[in-house]
Formats: sequence, structure tokens, C-alpha cells
Amino acid sequence: MKVKQISIFLENRAGRLDTVAKLLGENEINIRALSLADTSDFGILRLIVDKPDRATEVLKYYNFTLSQTDVVAVEVPDTPGGLASVLDVLSNAKVNVEYMYAFVEKATEKAALVFRFDDVDAAIEVLKKGGITVLANEDVLKL
Amino acid sequence: MNALATTSSQIRSPEVECLPAAAMRELQYERLRRQVDIAWKKLPYYRAKMEAAGIAPGDIRCLEDCRLLPLTLKDDLRDTYPYGAFAVPLKEVVRLHASTGTTGKPTVVGYTRGDMENWTEVVARFLVAGGLTDDDIVQIAFGYGLFTGGFGLHYGCERVGATVIPASSGNTEKQLMLMQDLGTTALVCTPTYAVFLGESLQREGLELADLKLRYGFFGGEFWTDAIRAKIESLLGITATDNYGLSEVVGPGVSGECLQQNGLHVSEDHFLFEIVDPETLEPLPDGEVGEVIITPLTKEAIPVIRYRTRDITRIIPGECACGRTTRRMQKVTGRTDDMLIVRGVNIFPSQVEEVLLQFQDTAPHYQLICTRQGAMDQLEVQVEASEKLFSDQMKRMTQLRDELQERLKNALGLKVKLTLVEPGSMVRFQGKAKRVVDQRVF
Repeated sequence: MKVKQISIFLENRAGRLDTVAKLLGENEINIRALSLADTSDFGILRLIVDKPDRATEVLKYYNFTLSQTDVVAVEVPDTPGGLASVLDVLSNAKVNVEYMYAFVEKATEKAALVFRFDDVDAAIEVLKKGGITVLANEDVLKL
Repeated sequence: MNALATTSSQIRSPEVECLPAAAMRELQYERLRRQVDIAWKKLPYYRAKMEAAGIAPGDIRCLEDCRLLPLTLKDDLRDTYPYGAFAVPLKEVVRLHASTGTTGKPTVVGYTRGDMENWTEVVARFLVAGGLTDDDIVQIAFGYGLFTGGFGLHYGCERVGATVIPASSGNTEKQLMLMQDLGTTALVCTPTYAVFLGESLQREGLELADLKLRYGFFGGEFWTDAIRAKIESLLGITATDNYGLSEVVGPGVSGECLQQNGLHVSEDHFLFEIVDPETLEPLPDGEVGEVIITPLTKEAIPVIRYRTRDITRIIPGECACGRTTRRMQKVTGRTDDMLIVRGVNIFPSQVEEVLLQFQDTAPHYQLICTRQGAMDQLEVQVEASEKLFSDQMKRMTQLRDELQERLKNALGLKVKLTLVEPGSMVRFQGKAKRVVDQRVF
């Protein structure tokens, strides 16, 4: 039920994001979702890719600082209030969301979101009890 | 140069400052023998060094034999922290000061009444040589505290009989106000701060005619004749350099006369040797090397052959001022990687010590010093290693802020901390350089 996310430390200067994107492209690794958090000096790039272990190997070879983290992918109806229905379940159970972002959009009635929790297992329990569809790794790759 | 200033000044202690060279060497030898005797009897750490080198006090039969004596390193003084290098009971010590250590603990130095008298006198000596008289109103913009600069200059100025304004460091607006309202005629601070004050003066639209400044006495940092020219034109003064380090006394080891051609060493109190920093072999006058200093009259902490790490040379020949004491050139650099930023001594090892509090092996780091306007800035770059890295931004910014705060506390100076990607630092022959000094002196 958990999905592997790769987080990469990037200096906030021209061409760094481009370098990562190129390396992944050259190695036929497909980006399914991404988010970038940044300060004036540095940023953290978070990626969901189809081959996380391969991506880790490639980026380490080029001396990037990175980590793998377990995150949760959740399916939500692509209608107004869709996101709120998931967040309600979480806030009622007092589960704190560290950060979240959306999957690259496809033409379907469903949208998919990535959530980062401190306690992943507890969060998955809460989501399931709340009737929310938690996507398995295979589902994510099919998106 | 100010029209009022002349190139000659009083000589405070002609009986020693104008002593013929042979008589000075004789005096130095006699005092060296006494210091070695004290070290042998009262300083276990130094006696152990002498014994390890197979040297006893009786082996020192002439002044040149000083080279047989083991060197004292900054680490020796650190290892004896706080009082292990003291040769007298604390009851006889009337003052303590401290300087930055290469790691967390500072180097503590102490002064007996006799030390205070000698220190005050050597400071007064260079002040008089640089033009100060009892008619002057002198503003001291050195920090007052553990740093020897503030109090050292304060006592020396009082000894000359000048009117002292203990303004201490910082608060530029107030400095300028005091300078104008109280009619300051002489300024004491770091050369960097003198430039900053001069530029602030211009910004405020003050004319030199509004001020009464005549002389400036600057130290605590390396500076060049180009900076001197700038200070002299900005402030309308005659600027002289003075040199010293707390391990041997503080300011007062040497200072320029109005000839502005080298710093006269107070040779009756300090024995100077210039050595090759690699081989530690002595170098003749005129050749550039590292200064080794033996204080000849220190009572509380008699240090023998202190390795200063400062690079300079002895200027051959006699000075036109009439003093016979040898002159050292302005210090041009260091044989270690110590940086001086805004008068504060910074060792890369201090940064390393802070980083080791975060993980077992220190990540790569680099100190980058730049000059923005007249003020020096220190940036510490730290590689975001996997141990430091987190996918959560709040943890990363917390880490950066905490590192920045701990470095500020450890170094006593505000620093900018930047997290960088591995491999992005400037490397030198494949090795990461710990210090990159981009300032132009």
C-alpha cells in the first residue's frame, strides 16, 4: 500500500532540475508525479517514478544527495470537494499531513494524490476505515 | 596625510628604543636565560618538551642558542587550559584575557602587576611613535572584553596621558557623533572598521573639516598600504599599524613610527626569530618566513618560542626615526588556515567541531570570506550529506538555522550558512579547500 518516493537535494541554481530530468529521461525512467519545495538557496525535489531503485542508482552515480521515503497514493473523485473528502477523514482522526501533491493529470474521472505522513501505517489504516481508496504500487505505475 | 602631522615623533624610552644592537642582544640573552630558567622550574609542559628534545637550560650559552629550544604551539596552550601554562599562583594574577582557540575552548592568558606594567608601557611606546601625545582625545572602537585589543590600547593611551573615550566596538552612528561632539583627535580600531567609518562619514555628508582627527592606530587584522592610503584620505589622518597577539602579550609587540616603514619591535620585551615554516631553520634579516616570538619579561605566562603562524620579514637597515630597534614588515599572511574576519580569529577546526555535533564524520565544508563594501562577510558552505538530508523542508530549514546559530556562538561572529550539493565546492588539486578568501587586501 506504500509507494516509494525519491527526494533529491538541489541547489537553487540554473540547470539543476534540468540535469535530473535529463538523467532520468536518458535512463528511460518515467516521472509519474513530482513536487518541488524551495528556499532562496536550495530546494527539495520529490518524485514518484516508475523505476525508483533504478532512479536512485543513476542519481547516486552522479553524486546527488537523495533519500527514499514511503508515501501514500490516494484516489479521489475528480469533482469539486474530492480533496476535501479525503482531508476530512484525516483531520477527524487527527493525522497530520507533512506535505502532499498531485499526480500528473490523465483524462479520467479519478485524480490521484501523494501524501507524506510521519506514521505511514497508521495513516493508511485511517484512510481505509474512512472508505478512501489507497493505491498499491502497481496501480500507481498504471496511472 | 594631515597637514598638521609630521614624520617625526617623540621617542618614549630612548634608553631601550635607541640602544645599540650589541647591547640589545646582551639584554635579550640575559632575559632569555631567566625565562628559560622559569619555564624549566615552573612549567611542567614545557620542561617535558625540553627533556624530550634533550635540552637543559645550561645549553643556552648565547642568544643564537635559542633555536635549540622547542617551539610552543597554540595547541600546547590549549592542552593546558585553563591555568596549566601559568608560572605564578593566581593570587599574583590581576587580569585574564582570552583568545579564540583552534577548537571550542579559548586560550586563556593572565597578567601579573608586572606584566600589566610592561604591557601598558609597550603599548604607550608605539602610540607615541605613531604621534599620540597627552593633548590627544582618543576614541577606542575596539571591543572591550576578553579580546586584548580594547583594554590593551586603553591602558596605553591613558599612560601617554591622552583623554580616552572607551567607545568600544559597533554602533557607527554613535561613533560618529562622539567623534564630532567630543572632538576626537585619534582613532583606535581595526583597519576594516576605519574604512567603514570613513565611508559612513561620506554618506552622512560630513566634511573632514567638521572633525579634528589627526592620527589612527590600527591593528588586529592584516592590511596593506593600499588600505592605509584609503583610510588616510577618507579620515584625513596619519595611520600606523600595530601588531601583537594575546599568547605573547596582546597589542604592543611592535608598532610603526611616523616613517610608516615597518613596525619597530619592542626588542627588550620580545625576542623575534624568522624561520622557514617548512624546515623551521632560522632565516637572515630580510627574508620572508614565519615569526617565532619569545616574550622576555612575561611573569604569569612565560612562553618560550611561540609559533605565531604569521608571515613577515625583518626589514634590514636602520630607520630614519632614530630608533635602533629592528622593524618587521606588515604581516602578509598565515602559515595555517586561520582567517581574520572583522578582527575575529577563525579556525576551520572550530567549524568542524560544530558539524561533528550533527553527525559522526563531518560533512565537507568550506569557509568563504568576501568583502561587501567595507565589511567582511563569512559564509560557511556545508554539503548536504545523506545524514543531514530530509525530504521535509521544515527539517532542512531548521537544520540550516540551527547550524547557523551554533556556528555564530562558536565563532563569535555572524555567519551565513549555505547547504550545497556534494561536489559543488571549489576544489584545489582534487582536495577540498577549507578556506577561500576572496577579499582583496
